[in-house]
Amino acid sequence: MNLITAKDLSKTYATDSVQVKAVQSVSFEIKAGSFLCFVGPSGSGKTTLLNLIGCLDKPSSGSLEVAGVDVISLDRRAAAAFRGENIGFVFQSFNLMPVLTSFENIEYPLVMVQNKPQGERRTRVLELLEAVGMSDQKNKFPEQLSGGQKQRIAIARALVTQPKLVLADEPTANLDHETAYTIIRLMKKMRDDLNTTFIFSTHDTRIIGEAEIICTLEDGKLLHCEAGHG
Amino acid sequence: MGNLFKIALRNLSRYKRRSALTISLIAFGVLFVLVFVAVTASIKDFMIAQITKSYLGDLEIHRGGYVASIESLPLNLNLAPAAVARIENTLEGIKDVQAYSERIKFGALFSNFKETTNIRINGVYPEREFATCPQMLSRISEGEKSVRALEKGKILVPRLLAQGFGAKVGDTVVVVATNRDGSVNGKTFLVSGILESATGPGGRDGYINFEDAREILRIPGKEVSEIAVSVRSLGRVEEVAQSIRGGLGLGEKKQKGGSIEVHTWSQLSPFANIANMIDLMTFFIKLMLIAIVLISILNVMIMAVYERVREIGTIAAIGTLPSKILSLFLVEGFCLGVTGAVVGVFFGLGVIFVLNLSKISFNFGQATGLILAPTIAPIEVATASLMVIIVSVLASLQPAYKASRMEPIEALRHI
Repeated sequence: MNLITAKDLSKTYATDSVQVKAVQSVSFEIKAGSFLCFVGPSGSGKTTLLNLIGCLDKPSSGSLEVAGVDVISLDRRAAAAFRGENIGFVFQSFNLMPVLTSFENIEYPLVMVQNKPQGERRTRVLELLEAVGMSDQKNKFPEQLSGGQKQRIAIARALVTQPKLVLADEPTANLDHETAYTIIRLMKKMRDDLNTTFIFSTHDTRIIGEAEIICTLEDGKLLHCEAGHG
Repeated sequence: MGNLFKIALRNLSRYKRRSALTISLIAFGVLFVLVFVAVTASIKDFMIAQITKSYLGDLEIHRGGYVASIESLPLNLNLAPAAVARIENTLEGIKDVQAYSERIKFGALFSNFKETTNIRINGVYPEREFATCPQMLSRISEGEKSVRALEKGKILVPRLLAQGFGAKVGDTVVVVATNRDGSVNGKTFLVSGILESATGPGGRDGYINFEDAREILRIPGKEVSEIAVSVRSLGRVEEVAQSIRGGLGLGEKKQKGGSIEVHTWSQLSPFANIANMIDLMTFFIKLMLIAIVLISILNVMIMAVYERVREIGTIAAIGTLPSKILSLFLVEGFCLGVTGAVVGVFFGLGVIFVLNLSKISFNFGQATGLILAPTIAPIEVATASLMVIIVSVLASLQPAYKASRMEPIEALRHI
């Protein structure tokens, strides 16, 4: 079953005098439970594509369905609500709230987005802390954690709302190779455990092999998708 | 909601110095307003009491047109006995009326058998007058400081006249007046005391017994120029005035130029303008407080939004609704306002307490050594606090709205 269906998706950014075609007539289908990676050099359109799939941006043309919803037609508020229910995000710079502990950072979407009761929040957060191997760091603030630990917390935060899809834009860019490897493996494990679709972007050739599907982008065009080694 | 407060407080705590500075500014503003209001209210109360409890009364009742020509003390505009009886009956039925005093006022000649000058005479029933204007006793600087000072045949002479004439307690003087029919009558009096002016140098008001006044003016019945009324609480003067008007069947139209007029002290005394000026100053001080809060909160919240653009982008990206982001920043402003107000009230009440302990003295008119007793009504504290909190939330509105309208994709790109 397809979780994402994109047809002739294009995104053009217009600056003062120049038009930049970030994504050009991209079409693809992604099945639920996939572990997919967009690869390509800087400026190839990876981030733009993830932003479109994540309902953070709207395409200039084409159609896009995520979880059976025509996300292009969603207004600002509806898009936020859709993201809150269906999509988790992992950022390159972790983007944890500095004033909240690890536990509270993971809990944040359940409080601010899904309004879950305290008991349920606690259960879910503790489960995810255990799953990402951070139970012993739950009371620490982000500044007390290493890069890899921060990203583990960010992954737990992305998964805590039980989304259908997790989007990770360059999740390992700020990590050393060994940690990057661990993070990708963790993401894959979470996909296996929860059957959540993971889509990430990277230009780090050393971790690309962990993906099950590798889609290559260049100059905003999708060149091909192929099976990875993962 | 509790989580929103927790997050807001954590956000405020990340910039401790800035938050502390903002809270201090607000607290200082609240403290200043509370102390100013308390001190000025104390001075104002003293001033009003000095006027109303010394000679004027809290309100006065006259025959229509009397106040308009009060400078000539017109005897032909005295209240008739029937009207006096009706007014007294009405006053007896109003529980907020503490006391009342009938007065006959007239212009007369005052002589010590060597020199003669003019004087304004007030004929009063001493018990009633001292009950209505209890501070009048403290104005008697020499002689008998009791109702005996106004027994029949005795006169309280104003300080100005006593000095000019060299009149002393125990001297005999004569008061000569023209009655309503134009005939002249006089009566000798024993100077029982020297009366200080309530509001400073000046004042030509002497006091004699009501019956003596009737005798000089040859008034057969109980005619009076005015009835001064003292109410239990100064804050209820206007209500009592309305009750009297209602009891006497005076409508708004009748009140102006009607048969009977009821005037509050503020309508009769120019000192009401000073009281109004104090209120006006208090108003502007409150406006300054609003400005302090507005600028402080606006500044700190604009900075907060500017510094947390990426964070706003993150929380928006993960699905936080714009309204929740708006609430988050409003709650931060609210927390700053509440904390500032609480700290300000705490220290403000502390300063007021210390001022009361210090027993600072001041002078007003002839009254010296008055002790400053600043007090503040709970409603004033509540008003100042509420004002600060409301302004804090309003000042946060623009930055909060800006945060809630941010596009997550642009905010996430922010460095």
